[in-house]
Amino acid sequence: MTQSVVVQVGQCGNQVGCRFWDLALREHAAVNKKGIYDEALSSFFRNVDTRSGDNGPDIYKGKICSLKARALLIDMEEGVVNEILQGPLRDVFDSKQLITDVSGSGNNWAVGHKIYGCQYRENIVEKLRKTAEHCDCLQCFFIIHSMGGGTGSGLGTFVLNLLEEEFPEVYRFVTSVYPSGEDDVITSPYNSVLAMKELNEHADCVLPIENESLFEIVNKIHQMVNSGKLGSTVKPNSLVTSSAGSAKTLQEKPFDAMNNIVASLLLNLTSSARFEGSLNMDLNEISMNLVPFPRLHYLVSSLTPLYTLADVNVPSRRLDQMFSDAFSRDHQLIQADPKHSLYLACALLVRGNVQVSDLRRNIERLKPSLHFVSWNQEGWKTGLCSVPPVGHSHSLLALANNTCVKPTFIELKDRFMKLYKKKAHLHHYLQIDGMEQSCFSEAISSLSDLIEEYNELDATKGGPRIDPSRLQIAI
Amino acid sequence: MSIVTVQLGQCGNQVGHEVFSALCRDICGTHGLCSKKENESYQDSCKERFFCEEESAVPVARAVLVDMEPKVISQTLSMAARSGHWKYSSHSHFCQKQGSGNNWANGYSVHGPRHKEAIMNLVQREAEKCDRLGGFFTVMSMAGGTGSGLGAFVTQCLRDAFPTSFLLNHVIWPYGTGEVIVQNYNSVLTLSHLYHSADALLVHENDVIHKICAQLMNIKHISFRDVNEVIAHQLGSVLQPTHTAGGGSGYSRNPLGDLLEALVPHPEFRMLGLRNIPQMPENSLAYSSFSWPGLLKHLRQMLIAKAQMEEGIDWQVRPPQPGSCRPSTNKPLHFNTSLANLAILRGKDVHGVDLGSFQDPSLYTSWLSPQDAFTAWKTPRAFNKYEKSAALVSNSQFLLKPLDSIVGKAWNMFASKAYLHQYTKFGIQEEDFLDCFTTLEQVISSYTNL
Repeated sequence: MTQSVVVQVGQCGNQVGCRFWDLALREHAAVNKKGIYDEALSSFFRNVDTRSGDNGPDIYKGKICSLKARALLIDMEEGVVNEILQGPLRDVFDSKQLITDVSGSGNNWAVGHKIYGCQYRENIVEKLRKTAEHCDCLQCFFIIHSMGGGTGSGLGTFVLNLLEEEFPEVYRFVTSVYPSGEDDVITSPYNSVLAMKELNEHADCVLPIENESLFEIVNKIHQMVNSGKLGSTVKPNSLVTSSAGSAKTLQEKPFDAMNNIVASLLLNLTSSARFEGSLNMDLNEISMNLVPFPRLHYLVSSLTPLYTLADVNVPSRRLDQMFSDAFSRDHQLIQADPKHSLYLACALLVRGNVQVSDLRRNIERLKPSLHFVSWNQEGWKTGLCSVPPVGHSHSLLALANNTCVKPTFIELKDRFMKLYKKKAHLHHYLQIDGMEQSCFSEAISSLSDLIEEYNELDATKGGPRIDPSRLQIAI
Repeated sequence: MSIVTVQLGQCGNQVGHEVFSALCRDICGTHGLCSKKENESYQDSCKERFFCEEESAVPVARAVLVDMEPKVISQTLSMAARSGHWKYSSHSHFCQKQGSGNNWANGYSVHGPRHKEAIMNLVQREAEKCDRLGGFFTVMSMAGGTGSGLGAFVTQCLRDAFPTSFLLNHVIWPYGTGEVIVQNYNSVLTLSHLYHSADALLVHENDVIHKICAQLMNIKHISFRDVNEVIAHQLGSVLQPTHTAGGGSGYSRNPLGDLLEALVPHPEFRMLGLRNIPQMPENSLAYSSFSWPGLLKHLRQMLIAKAQMEEGIDWQVRPPQPGSCRPSTNKPLHFNTSLANLAILRGKDVHGVDLGSFQDPSLYTSWLSPQDAFTAWKTPRAFNKYEKSAALVSNSQFLLKPLDSIVGKAWNMFASKAYLHQYTKFGIQEEDFLDCFTTLEQVISSYTNL
């Protein structure tokens, strides 16, 4: 069994991360009735004997004593992390897992990456090593951050670099929240593009997320819950947006609902690695199957269902509806429409009481309406995990390597160029030690190259299918 | 003679478990439909072949379980133990913590050499427990990373360590519309490597078994467990003891050897397909009865028309007219030319059955006389509650089309160089791929020209 470590950087990263740990505990509590520390739990949690204080030894078997998250919390401001430490999750983290500072990064990638990176490098490496030592077999680092700010974006990508240097064999999955067009941080295009270069070069897989999409999903659910449509009621803790302690809905903060969606994404992504199933899908298989060329590692994700209606019997049609929804615009976590773009590869991770025949039937049904690249016409990776998420009898996570990410990147580039042409705010960056004009030109060139790679693939879409001629054997 | 089974990867272990379950269920049941003496002889022979009677109360499977991650093996071991009728030895498994990530190169070049000693030690131990070792039976899928890559490596090791033992690989071909995106690469790499080490490859295709589950077994929500149970039934009908042609009164003492002798006359032709009739849900068995002529007629047409099961057979396909000396290229396209066939009949009234229709020379290539090309084994002892059942193991063009399809798709992907970086980082280069493609194109060409 393998372990994963979550590195949450910056305000957004830590808020999402906090929701992740909350939901992870709830998920394991629902499955693990006997309170035994099992292998599924060990993938994200340590079991520490705290009777002799916080520095107690790890207990590998037997009853759960005190669960500690395998996490590193990094923020250059104290507010968010302090709140976490005073909240209901305070016992899940210990002080040795935190790196904080006071003044923040001023929404400046260069401050996060160059100044704080340099300053905290040794501290970060030491803490990473410590967390890795507690792992029997460390498989993956999950980085959670936003792209538009300074800490998550700058320091977050610095850490990404560091992980590649210090732990080259361990996978790096990055969950990145991209800024929207109306982002109130003026320099977010700079921060995002500078961060993109790092993601292009050092991440194994990136799961881009856009706030607009999360917001739309939250609204959709609100309408569903409040309209009382169909006369049926929604099971409360089945909402993909609900926090674990759903009794505390009044105290829920505005971003909690949106962050819960991202947390669910990560839980579903790792479910097959943690729980048993008839067709397991481990994290290393995700990277192997969904990344045909090293730089094309941006995966569009969608989660269904968003809620469960309270009726107990789930007919087959509803199951099929789940598959259809996974490919609809409304369920994607970025503003993209994969159905009208080109698929390079697609993965379906199903949880719960779903069999291989249901999977096959739906793939056959949906295939004709999707465009796959000519060399991967049947490019489906599937996984069946027996354990459903809390509040559902089954769920589906779809991960697509699809050219529909291109518009997001093109928009980002446009917003960047608007500022860059006028050299707006550039001095804030260039005055930082280690920053030069070339950092910017290299970053935009990296992004342009990426967009071009997607363009080339798009050009093949709909064209005549010419299969390369096979090897001829002399008889 | 005993056979040591090596279960590799998730699929290999899941299927292997169903096979032992099926074998055990068959001998534990009292549905022999034959004399008590015959039944006891059958049970003893099966037990000697597949199980070991240690001090424990239940028979212990002669098996080595290998996987690179622990979940499946631990499930498999506990399911077997819970059955109460048999179990695996607690010391015959090997697993690691992190799987092969569907990466053949990882399974073959990294895990293989790293764990060779440990795995071969387990195999050696099992082999030593056998009074007489009849050979090895490996179970694996070719789509993933461990079964396929590590499986290919282990097969090579088995060949090196036991050069005179028989080696039969059971390979499961994935669904055509993906379970794994790189499955065609993994398949090409696996098949070409196995071709150089194994004596024969016995193939099951998920698509075919799925159809059987849907149409013959009437299963509405087909799970992998259902698919594996059908596979296990089909394998059981081949592996369970039988009387061979010249075997006299006892059960065959050399099952793998006899099978290979009957079916693999030429090293270029090692792909064996398997058909079994009848197949039906258990609760229909009591209401059905079959005649041997009827069963054999269907089986023969299934062979000729490359049918996947006994429903939907194309009865229009006929062998070419005898008498004229036609070169093989003039044979009708849908017709399945065989190199060699083995029919295994089990159940009531077996001994009087006429198998002349299978010795029709027009079914076969011209190199072997039909007497040499066709072998029949018969046993009065019924298998798995089927009053009469017939299995056909065939070295013919059965698998030609599916093989060609897999190689075609893999080549298509290879031409665009997609995913190659995932393999090269573990040491499998483009030239290695090309070698594998060449091997398989050669196999395809050989079978096409039968």
